[in-house]
Amino acid sequence: MRRPAAQRWAYVRARLLQAIPTIIVIVSCNFFLLHLAPGDPVDVLMGEAGAATEAIRDQLRAQFGLDRSLVEQYFAYLGATLSFDLGYSYRYGSTNLELILGRLSATLILMIGAFGVSVVLGSIGGLIAAVRRGTATAGAIMAAAVVSYASPLFWVGLMFIVVFAVKLGWFPTSGIARIGADYTGWRYALDVAHHAVLPVLTLSLFYMALYARLMRAAVLENLKLAYVVTARAKGLSQGKIMLRHVLRNALLPVLTMAGVQISGMLGGSVVIESVFGWPGLGLLAFESLFARDLNLLLGILFLTCILVVLTNIVVDVAYTLVDPRVVLR
Amino acid sequence: MSGSLREAGLAMLGHPSLVLGAVLLAGVGGISLAAGVLFPDSPFDMVGAPFLPPLSEGFPMGTDALGRDIAAAVVHGARVSLALGFITALCATAIGVLVGGLSGYYGGRTDAILMRVTEFFQTIPSFLFAIVVVAVLQPSVYTLIAAIVIVSWAPLARLVRGEVFSLKSREYVQGCIALGMGDMRILFRQILPNALPSIVVAASVAVATAILFESALSFLGLGDPNVMSWGMMIGLGRSVIRTAWWVAAMPGFAIMLTVLAINLLGDGLNDVLNPGARIRAGA
Repeated sequence: MRRPAAQRWAYVRARLLQAIPTIIVIVSCNFFLLHLAPGDPVDVLMGEAGAATEAIRDQLRAQFGLDRSLVEQYFAYLGATLSFDLGYSYRYGSTNLELILGRLSATLILMIGAFGVSVVLGSIGGLIAAVRRGTATAGAIMAAAVVSYASPLFWVGLMFIVVFAVKLGWFPTSGIARIGADYTGWRYALDVAHHAVLPVLTLSLFYMALYARLMRAAVLENLKLAYVVTARAKGLSQGKIMLRHVLRNALLPVLTMAGVQISGMLGGSVVIESVFGWPGLGLLAFESLFARDLNLLLGILFLTCILVVLTNIVVDVAYTLVDPRVVLR
Repeated sequence: MSGSLREAGLAMLGHPSLVLGAVLLAGVGGISLAAGVLFPDSPFDMVGAPFLPPLSEGFPMGTDALGRDIAAAVVHGARVSLALGFITALCATAIGVLVGGLSGYYGGRTDAILMRVTEFFQTIPSFLFAIVVVAVLQPSVYTLIAAIVIVSWAPLARLVRGEVFSLKSREYVQGCIALGMGDMRILFRQILPNALPSIVVAASVAVATAILFESALSFLGLGDPNVMSWGMMIGLGRSVIRTAWWVAAMPGFAIMLTVLAINLLGDGLNDVLNPGARIRAGA
């Protein structure tokens, strides 16, 4: 622990090296799935391929070397994918990589928003439920958490649309910005934020409930520990004890879940984005599903896996910043 | 042993969330079993005028765009959701117990390899992977089950591994080894039964997750089109959400109630069976 910064970098490097086999396995998995799909891989690669001519087909067959052995095909696919050549989408008229990266920002807005909302509101809810244990407020918070925890997100989204968009008219029903408004600057940001309220809230609900439960349990646990008694004996106020001491310790289990949440939200974004017509990665996955564009779908899976691997590393490093006792190995 | 069993039984009866969960789940299960009696006709049949609102005469939950009885579809859907949820959780638990058991019991190289595989399955975004698997294999009941099992066994394996790992060093296991018992017999007859409480709790979480996953996949159109499921009904109701909210709302309530029942049951079982545990594993 003498040079924490240097140690941290060494750890990150080691973890990145460890991630390489994982990513190779994911690509292999994708290759296996492509060959498992009914039909010639080129048919699969081209989706429904109504627009594709026989010449393009033959060219692709040669390019993917379908006449070659399976092993050779595998290495060709591995090499292409690892150099981020994820194929070309005839439907969209652009490479799959460009498509995916183009949609990434919309999904990131949604995920960062949902992450922030779920951590903040979930923690506050759990804290209140723990401090006011036995009151009606605490009961209501925990009941809301249990119900949110059991609801299918896409359905909650639809019900939000019915109530807040159709009946009350507070928020738009779908999309990321008003069509034809052509706002710029702050006005545009506000418009996007207005459109983002319902999808962000929906996406954050499940984890908000989870964090409220984790936080409540952690706070109750911490309140029994000796350091709280000490702090109280020192004459610290209840509020100070909570914010300075208990909250910091109780946040640890929440942080542990953060990595899991990123992975879960990437999956959740498929249903949420399709419900709200939010033009991100999830909607792209949904569209590629319907076009039977498996290659695009596998490309999305590949890139999101990389995203998850990277966030897991970031979360582990962040953990040491919050809790210096944790040693990176 | 029988004394502690009776104690556990009494504790269960005194646990409000466990009793509530059990009653709710029994209700959903009873309705699903009685589906054929309550609504003998196929839920796909057109039986009334389209878009009748809830509480219309003869149609307590209303009708959908094709004049199908939503109450009939919800009741028949209960069968699909429960059956799929339990079968999937059973398969995932079986794989989890096998992988986790071997990993925890043998340790060393076996453990390293199996845990690497488990970690891999925990890294890939599970819902996205399930979508890809169903899309590749073509939607049907079997591919749905396969896809959900593939993405949900890993946390169970981790849990079982941890349990077996800690039970392995107990004295009774040393005794079994001294008696010359075989590895498999020790693992399956001696160690795993003692890990059962944690496995049961984790399996209940797996049932709830499986029902939610199935509904989301069916909602996206990846379900079996020949089977009336709650997710598919919500998917169909989505296009008429502005005019006929109840088409999507009713099956959603059914999912929520069922998952809520299982979660309450799981929470209660956790409190009763694992008094020491603070937070549910794999949540």
